Amino acid sequence: MKSFPVAGKFASILFGSLLLVACSGNETNDNAAAEAAAAEAAAAEAAAAESAAIEAQAQAEAATAAEQQQLQDAAMSAGTVFYFDFDSSSMTDAARMAVDAHIAVLLSNDDSVRLEGHTDERGTREYNLALGERRANAVRDYMVANGVPSYRIEGISYGEENPVAFGSSEANWSQNRRVELK
Amino acid sequence: MPYLLRVVIFSLCTATFPALAQLQIEITRGVDNPTPIAVVPFGWSGPGASPEDIARIIDSDLARSGQFSPVSRRDMLSYPSRGSELYFRDWRAINSDYVLIGRYELAAAGNLRLSWQLFDSTRELSVEEGVVTGAASEVRMLAHKIADEVYQSLTGIPGAFATRLLYVSVTRNPAGKDFYRLTLADSDGARPIVLLESREPILGPSWSPDGEEVAYVSFETSRPAIYRQNLRTGAREQLTNFKGLNNSPVFSPDGNSMAMVLSKDGSPDIYLMNLASKRLTRLTQHYAIDTEPTWMPDGQSLLFTSDRGGRPQIYRYDLKSGNTTRVTFEGRYNARARVAQDGRNVALVHQQDGAYHIAVHDLVTERLTVLTTTSLDESPTIAPNGSIVLYATKRNGKSILGAVAVDGGVSFNLPARDGEVQEPAWSPYLP
Repeated sequence: MKSFPVAGKFASILFGSLLLVACSGNETNDNAAAEAAAAEAAAAEAAAAESAAIEAQAQAEAATAAEQQQLQDAAMSAGTVFYFDFDSSSMTDAARMAVDAHIAVLLSNDDSVRLEGHTDERGTREYNLALGERRANAVRDYMVANGVPSYRIEGISYGEENPVAFGSSEANWSQNRRVELK
Repeated sequence: MPYLLRVVIFSLCTATFPALAQLQIEITRGVDNPTPIAVVPFGWSGPGASPEDIARIIDSDLARSGQFSPVSRRDMLSYPSRGSELYFRDWRAINSDYVLIGRYELAAAGNLRLSWQLFDSTRELSVEEGVVTGAASEVRMLAHKIADEVYQSLTGIPGAFATRLLYVSVTRNPAGKDFYRLTLADSDGARPIVLLESREPILGPSWSPDGEEVAYVSFETSRPAIYRQNLRTGAREQLTNFKGLNNSPVFSPDGNSMAMVLSKDGSPDIYLMNLASKRLTRLTQHYAIDTEPTWMPDGQSLLFTSDRGGRPQIYRYDLKSGNTTRVTFEGRYNARARVAQDGRNVALVHQQDGAYHIAVHDLVTERLTVLTTTSLDESPTIAPNGSIVLYATKRNGKSILGAVAVDGGVSFNLPARDGEVQEPAWSPYLP
């Protein structure tokens, strides 16, 4: 968490609005509240002399928040599900473009993400668990290569266990071969 | 974490559960000339009405083997329960080659005592007889034991009716998360008991060699972890919680260790866990996928699936030498092996023309025989007598269990009455 006096408040608001928050536990909120309280005291002390400076700071933060919102809007419209070809763990161009939008968001904040790898129903369940992991890893590696620290990414494979489309045809299978960002 | 844990564990002692996902049996193919046998209703000499239809349990077992055609009760001219009451000509008249008669009564300490006698009606002689005793609550199992002995007496192969099945039943929930239930049932699908219920996937159930424990993977914490659970006490222990894959737990034949798949060190590899010390030994080390381990019955080596050659094939890891050798070469996809107790027949999933079938690979002749014609078959498991492969398949978009004789002769389906059923694991012989 940043230690700017006013930024603390903005950060809390941002956290609430973020869709990509993975683990917003109580601890984080408590810390934020404590920091905000301490920050207010400090801010009051400095306020008399530097109110103009603070206003400028707040405006800058507001601008950042607007930028953040823009990035997030772009990420949401890109979608949180990335599809794969049969028996492949290589990201398609479409998947890369969608992930790029999420990378932009992740580079502008400190959030963690969970990547869930899935396969279609063909082949054995345990082998599919490994294929699902390969897919999640492909997205993770691409994110890391583009600057997202690996400790902020968790990969989980469900193999063929959680289909979104039921039925045994390519139309269903292609929807199930995916990595979901959560 | 924002995940609601909804996991319920049931022990065998306390479970009182509705008969969820009860399996039904539909024989789809038998042998050409099944042996006619009359299983006469057993006499009951205890108080009140007969507590269980012993003969029905036995003749259903024999019918399911595909090798026998039980005679209808309506055709029987009499219901003898003692040898002195039996007239061979009555049975020859209805073309019954064999006649099984028996009776049962209360024995000491709430036990039941079942005695039976098998006759050959053409040669007019007693083939074999026996007595089984056990708790009244296990009366169905006692009947299966008689079926095992009759089967062995007439075919020379030990029966595997007095065994149990473990499987995962799934109830799809279009409005939210599915229900997964790890279920234990008798080999005929009767008496299903739910061992674990979860809204997150349960997979890879397997048996300890003494049949006392099971191991499986549960995603109940929103991550995969391996658990073991004692069937008698209900005691449950989480064995792994590593980053990445935690799957395919299989007890070693001596019961002291467990092979499993972990990807904590990078790619999926086979590890061995000492169950007393929990110490891990990494067996395979390859950047490819190594998964689906299964033990050879002598405990000296493991078979596993690897795509180190580009496509998934079965490999064998020798524990003493640490050497890995490739086992299957036929076709582009051979995976998820299970070895019969004879150490020779390997049931596996084999891809042919884009369809996934159950096949048997003979380790001696190195020949592969495809056993099924359905196209989304998986999770083969072999009966402890080596005669039948049980597996999961799809019918009308739903998972059901199928069974086929290793020699290809007999097949039957075991759909669930409700919901879907997958990942069967056939128990070893039970004490």
